[in-house]
Amino acid sequence: MFRLFKYIKNYKKESILAPLFKFLEASFELLIPLVMVRIIDIGIKNRDIEYVKKMSIIMVILGIIGLLCSLVAQFFAAKAAVGFGSSIRRDLFQHIQSLSYNEIDKIGSSTMITRLTSDVNQIQTGFNLLLRLFLRSPCIVFGAMVMAFTINMKAAFVFVVTIPVISVFVLALMIISIPIYKKVQNKLDKVLLLTKENLAGVRVIRAFNRQKDESEAFESASSDLVKTQLMGGNISALLNPFTYVMINLAIVTLVWIGGKQVYKGIITQGEVVALVNYMSQILVELVKLAFLIIMLTKSLACGNRVNQLLQEEASVVDTAETKIIPKDGPSVEFKDVGFLYQGAKEEALSNLTFVANKGQTIGVIGGTGSGKSSLVNLIPRFYDVISGEVLVNGVNVKEYSLQQLRSKIGIVPQKAVLFRGTIRENMRWGKKDATDKEIWEALEIAQAKEIVELKDGGLDALVLQEGKNLSGGQRQRLTIARALVKKPEILILDDSSSALDYATDAKLRRAIQTISSNTTVFLVSQRAATIKNADKILVLDDGKIVGSGTHEQLILNCEVYQEICLSQLSKEEVQ
Amino acid sequence: MSKNKIIIKRVIKYIKGYKIFVFTSLLFAAISVALTLYVPILIGNGIDYIIKKDQVDFEQIFLILRNIVILVGFTSVSQWIMNLCNNKVTYGVAKNVRDEAFFHLEKLPLKFVDSHEHGDIVSRIVADIDQFSDGLLMGFTQLFTGVLTILGTLIFMLSIQANIALVVVCITPISLVVASFIAKHTFSMFQKQSATRGEITSLITEMIGNQKVVQAFGYEEEVMKRFDDVNERLKEHSLKAVFYSSTTNPSTRFINGLVYTGVGIFGAISAMNGMITIGQITSFLSYANQYTKPFNEISGVVTELQNAIACAGRVFEFIDEQEETADFADAVNLEHSNGKVELKHVDFSYNQKIELIKDFNLSVEPGQRIAIVGPTGCGKSTIINLLMRFYDVDEGEIKVSGNDIRNITRRSLRENYGMVLQETWLKSGTIAENIAYGNPNASMNEIVEAAKQAYAHNFIKKMPQGYETVISEDGGNLSQGQKQLLCIARVMLRLPPILILDEATSSIDTRTEIKIQKAFHKMMKGRTSFVVAHRLSTIKEADIILVMKDGKIIEQGNHEYLLEKQGFYYELYHSQFAI
Repeated sequence: MFRLFKYIKNYKKESILAPLFKFLEASFELLIPLVMVRIIDIGIKNRDIEYVKKMSIIMVILGIIGLLCSLVAQFFAAKAAVGFGSSIRRDLFQHIQSLSYNEIDKIGSSTMITRLTSDVNQIQTGFNLLLRLFLRSPCIVFGAMVMAFTINMKAAFVFVVTIPVISVFVLALMIISIPIYKKVQNKLDKVLLLTKENLAGVRVIRAFNRQKDESEAFESASSDLVKTQLMGGNISALLNPFTYVMINLAIVTLVWIGGKQVYKGIITQGEVVALVNYMSQILVELVKLAFLIIMLTKSLACGNRVNQLLQEEASVVDTAETKIIPKDGPSVEFKDVGFLYQGAKEEALSNLTFVANKGQTIGVIGGTGSGKSSLVNLIPRFYDVISGEVLVNGVNVKEYSLQQLRSKIGIVPQKAVLFRGTIRENMRWGKKDATDKEIWEALEIAQAKEIVELKDGGLDALVLQEGKNLSGGQRQRLTIARALVKKPEILILDDSSSALDYATDAKLRRAIQTISSNTTVFLVSQRAATIKNADKILVLDDGKIVGSGTHEQLILNCEVYQEICLSQLSKEEVQ
Repeated sequence: MSKNKIIIKRVIKYIKGYKIFVFTSLLFAAISVALTLYVPILIGNGIDYIIKKDQVDFEQIFLILRNIVILVGFTSVSQWIMNLCNNKVTYGVAKNVRDEAFFHLEKLPLKFVDSHEHGDIVSRIVADIDQFSDGLLMGFTQLFTGVLTILGTLIFMLSIQANIALVVVCITPISLVVASFIAKHTFSMFQKQSATRGEITSLITEMIGNQKVVQAFGYEEEVMKRFDDVNERLKEHSLKAVFYSSTTNPSTRFINGLVYTGVGIFGAISAMNGMITIGQITSFLSYANQYTKPFNEISGVVTELQNAIACAGRVFEFIDEQEETADFADAVNLEHSNGKVELKHVDFSYNQKIELIKDFNLSVEPGQRIAIVGPTGCGKSTIINLLMRFYDVDEGEIKVSGNDIRNITRRSLRENYGMVLQETWLKSGTIAENIAYGNPNASMNEIVEAAKQAYAHNFIKKMPQGYETVISEDGGNLSQGQKQLLCIARVMLRLPPILILDEATSSIDTRTEIKIQKAFHKMMKGRTSFVVAHRLSTIKEADIILVMKDGKIIEQGNHEYLLEKQGFYYELYHSQFAI
């Protein structure tokens, strides 16, 4: 939790000045009852109107100074809190970006989104209130106690007893409710997840007529949330009544002890009034403090969640920024590679060994779940191997910085995702300063030229979030173009023409071959026709390479490959 | 402003469901306020019995103090009950709104869901409602007691000393003026803040949701730049909104200080004239404090409420989106279709400006296999959208078993279809739950059987907890092909009269595909099926192959016929072997 406090560092000045000015304000406020005592004890007693006026002016001046101090404090508090919030938000976002696929799979994006938005907002509000009130309120409370001591020792002991009792209660309440508020946020995650899921799965849900069940599931998640909210709320609701009782009991005791002291002639009536006033002032502060504490408890719970995410270590650790000079060696080489998904029982890949030379086209084929995607995901180091090594240009991928490694590789993932913005902006994901000419070239190779040409505005046409205004095949071709704009050393097409018809697919492959004299291409596909002409074909079965070679070689000596081909092509075509 | 009024009226409608709690809350608020205010009088009275040395009436003081203790007990209990009621009302109302929004989501036409950013809808249903409930809770707890306290103190003060009370009454409203001045000037800042917040949420949803792509392109820095840009702006707007709104409190407190001083002076003068006792001044001062305090809080609450209303407005806007047209009252409940499907003169387009499907005609006999092929974007998936009635045709009609599908209840229509889409969607839940999605009552045996038929059993067995393995959000570690196998198993468990396969096996290897095809084949005996595919091997055996281009059927017939014809299909078929 205290890790988050490092974010205060940049706002040290503000974080100190804000409470300090609050403290000043509080001090001036504490002086006011003292002035009032004088009005009562001296002014009224002596019927001195001039004195009363003088004192009143002093009170007004104290008020103005208090106002100024408070404004300064609010400014610094706002600055510190907003700055604190945005730097946490920034770092959290950056941290999430640094997480590797393993953690993304494990955590899920819904909860990352709530943590970045709602949790961080809550922390910001909490910190702001903390700066504004946390020093002020205890100052007033303790200040009032000190003042009480200057009036009468015996009466002041009432303060000494009351304040710790309330503090302990408050602390206990916080300890109880922090986990509850944390649960509230977790349940909120669930609500978010269901909402997201129902939007994405709208077709399936309706096709299966499950709207009612989904609504019920949502309602139960929503009820669950409310139950937890109520639990937290009802516990926090004890805070105010309790402080109220405690303070009033203290006042009652004060009047009683004060009465005795007056009876003995130790203090005056005015001083009893002052004591009672101090106690009332404590009450006012504590009520505010109670509100703060509820907010703070929520913030702490949110802080915990943010912190948890910040502590999530990326399983793929980036190396230092030093540039690695590639050695002479094959473009990509796997040496006895084994790979296991986190939490899985069996290895997804085992004992993989192969070499891909510069400019070669490598076809990867195999059954569903045979590890084709896992294999190509190891090249850009989305996951780390558990045994063996993956080399790019003769250097272990772990030695490159991720930035350097991935800049060499253009990958077209299975899921064709585009981002909100113009087509040009999307294309520039591969290369920041790509010229229109380069973009058009890439589009042409990806068979996506006509998609763009037909759009209003051409490259300036807008793509909606996740490319929703494009069809699956259009998206796929644009994502291929996006990877091509990069002119990568290694191009990976992970079954990325599945939504394309054969004619387009064939044209695409032909076009890619024209550029690939310097590019190593990995073609992952289910279609034998797609990879048939590759320089080398890797046949995967159950995470192992069961065949490697050209089509002509494999068709003779690899049983799995034969089966695949025969299931797709006619006999003559296979030959 | 009138828009806000409408929103408030709607909120009140929701609150009406909690009438009892609201009244209880009000009642106990009144009790606790009255008692809270009465206690200082008693304390003042008590102090009046403490005069000076040797002049203290302990008996009277004791009685008064005893009463105070009793009243304080009542007050705190009332406060607590009031708080409980407020919690109940707020969280309850928020839940009702949230549930309604979600139920509404289930009834929205696909057109809406397809054309709106999901991030925005999510943020309305989740974040906005959360904000709304926060604001509402503050409103409830502070507005009620605030107003009651103001009224109460006023009465008490008047009862003690009317003159001084008038001073208080005259000065205090200044704090309201100040507060409303500040509120007015900060409202636009708050608006800017929430707009920027929406912007950043949208960016976060998009980028974090597709984190993998971002990483694949090493685009983290660029994304970071965009994030920083919005984040900086958010910081600026937030700072302004937070700071300016937080000036309200010190300003009004300053005015309270003036009130306090005013009471001091007038009290002192009155006391000198013997019109008021010192004990009374004490109570008066404490009233002055309590009277002004709610003005502070109310001014604070007003900004919160403004925010809450803005959020509620966004949610209501969503709830007001036009729902799917309801089923006709006399709509047919299609029990078990024979599988006859006809499309007559169907026109359809997503966007009126761009024509898509024009005068589409097709007649499918029960048990026939229809394959739809054609280049991407030719409208194949659109036909499915129309068959399933995700979208309604613009012109013409679609008939199933001789009934226009607009005259069939959606539920029964869709029960007759089994659908596997290219875009695999799985719920976060166990594998077994996902397979049983279309048939929640299926037994474990049936589930395993379906999985075996879909050739998913093998990989499921290898998962850490087999069928009980929880699939994480977005399918987690499953490959695209494995997800498709699960989607197929899902349909295998339902055996509907009409089957729709939209690129259902595109990511599955062909060997498995052939086996699945056989399984389908067995299961499809006597059932009508629509198959959209690129792999021509998948469709060779179809009874009718529809070749589509630009929203029209350009060729129609079986494989042999179409090859002989040497038309577009012929070209397509041969291109798959081309390099």
